[in-house]
Amino acid sequence: MTTLTREFTKGLWDEIPIFRIVLGLCPTLAVTTSLENGLGMGLAATFVLVCSNGLVSALRKLIPADVRVACYIVIIATFVVCVEMIMKAYFFTLSESLGIFIPLIVVNCIILGRAEAFAKKNGVLASLADGLGMGLGFTLALCVLGSIRELLGAGTLGLFFGERVFLAEPFAFLQQAPGAFVTLGLLLGLMNVVGKK
Amino acid sequence: MSQELDTAPASDTDQAKAPRIVVAPSPHLSEGSFTTRRMMLDVLVALSPPVAVSIWVFGWYAVVQLGICVISCLVAEAAFIAWRGRAFTLGDGSAAVTGVILALSLPWSTPWYVGFIASFVAIGIGKVVFGGLGQNLFNPAMVGRAFVMICFPAALGAAAYVLPGSPLSIVTQATPLTALKQGLVESSDVLSLLIGNTNGSLGETSAIACLLGGLYLCLRRTASWEIPAGTILSVAVISGAGYLISGSSFLHPLHHILGGALLFGAFFIATDPVSSPLTVKGKWFFGLGLGAIVMLLRLASGYPEGLMFAVLLMNAVTPLINRFTIPDPVGGPVPQRN
Repeated sequence: MTTLTREFTKGLWDEIPIFRIVLGLCPTLAVTTSLENGLGMGLAATFVLVCSNGLVSALRKLIPADVRVACYIVIIATFVVCVEMIMKAYFFTLSESLGIFIPLIVVNCIILGRAEAFAKKNGVLASLADGLGMGLGFTLALCVLGSIRELLGAGTLGLFFGERVFLAEPFAFLQQAPGAFVTLGLLLGLMNVVGKK
Repeated sequence: MSQELDTAPASDTDQAKAPRIVVAPSPHLSEGSFTTRRMMLDVLVALSPPVAVSIWVFGWYAVVQLGICVISCLVAEAAFIAWRGRAFTLGDGSAAVTGVILALSLPWSTPWYVGFIASFVAIGIGKVVFGGLGQNLFNPAMVGRAFVMICFPAALGAAAYVLPGSPLSIVTQATPLTALKQGLVESSDVLSLLIGNTNGSLGETSAIACLLGGLYLCLRRTASWEIPAGTILSVAVISGAGYLISGSSFLHPLHHILGGALLFGAFFIATDPVSSPLTVKGKWFFGLGLGAIVMLLRLASGYPEGLMFAVLLMNAVTPLINRFTIPDPVGGPVPQRN
């Protein structure tokens, strides 16, 4: 049980995907214009990550080593299609604002990375715990980035406060792509300072 | 080097008498007075004609803007350096230069907080995060200005320059390049572009003042003359070709060279020794590319002037230019190791 807990919690801080192992930057930079988008993207990726980790782990003895990446992609793509259909059905506005980045979860480095680095060597339960931890860590990072960019860049925090505006003249720069790079860079620097032992 | 020789251990007398051979990379002789502080003071001296003209043309607006930006830059530098626990660097004058250039690149009407934020972004994001002076990829003043330009488009757009009915008659008309965008070709005569009694960003209006300061910088070798020469050449060729082909519907090349921020940017912003190429050939590439991008943005983008973005773009390719223009040492190129 302690190992399972550790597999779960390592993704939340020690190996938190974006800030520590710096993977999956494409959706991170592109969709974090608001907290809502970040949370939606993070949860969608978490669902895919947990399911694909579990299935890859369950099939790890059947998948031939030579074509394993192709097999992983098929598995991941299956779950991404599920997520895409669910989001179109139940969260239509969110799926519209995330756009192409939902189908692009297929090529998200974190998901393929966990399949390759963890699920193919470990049992199903451990892989599920790892996927859940990594997914929630990814979600956490996206939410932090999305909150900063929405609060300072648009002056709102739509998920909690509706239309309320906090800043009369927000820094629209943070809503643009360069603002995403600058914010992420500063957060990475901050994480290095915080994590220094 | 000499220090090392002086403090050489003299325990073994024979060895102390024998000539010591010290191996060190070049340059072996360097001008001791050529310090950062001297260069920055040179830039401040060179900036005095544009500063004087901006105060003459825009009055208190220029004084206030300069005060806000210089003080904010100095405070930002002190704060960030203290935060990082580095040695005190205000004395080298680079923060003051950033402040003056930033202030002179803003419109007269900029609200105080815009200059304040631009200064902190310039010093913080533009310089200190890269490791301080000498490490920055981009010109700090232009990073700060680009930030506020995107954040507060109303405060820095073409409309911010114009205030109809203002007691300051200069600012009741559009800037020369905005007039070009609106199709009013030949709005201002060449003489006023030279003297500087036109509308525009604080420091850019007078071509003569920019040329005076720029020539001083080049003669003192604080700035490399190849960069402004390349920039002006490139703008002259492109606008001259356009003028020859399209005729009177095209702005005269002299307007393109003397108007807008071109001369100010070519002499004071693009020549920043940190963010421009190191080699002579590279400096020509830098200047020619800068002028070409300025013309592209002036003619084909929504902005009336493109100097700021052109400088930032050329800063981004500076490491590449440096790599491509490594000069051959004496004795031929270094053989490639297999």
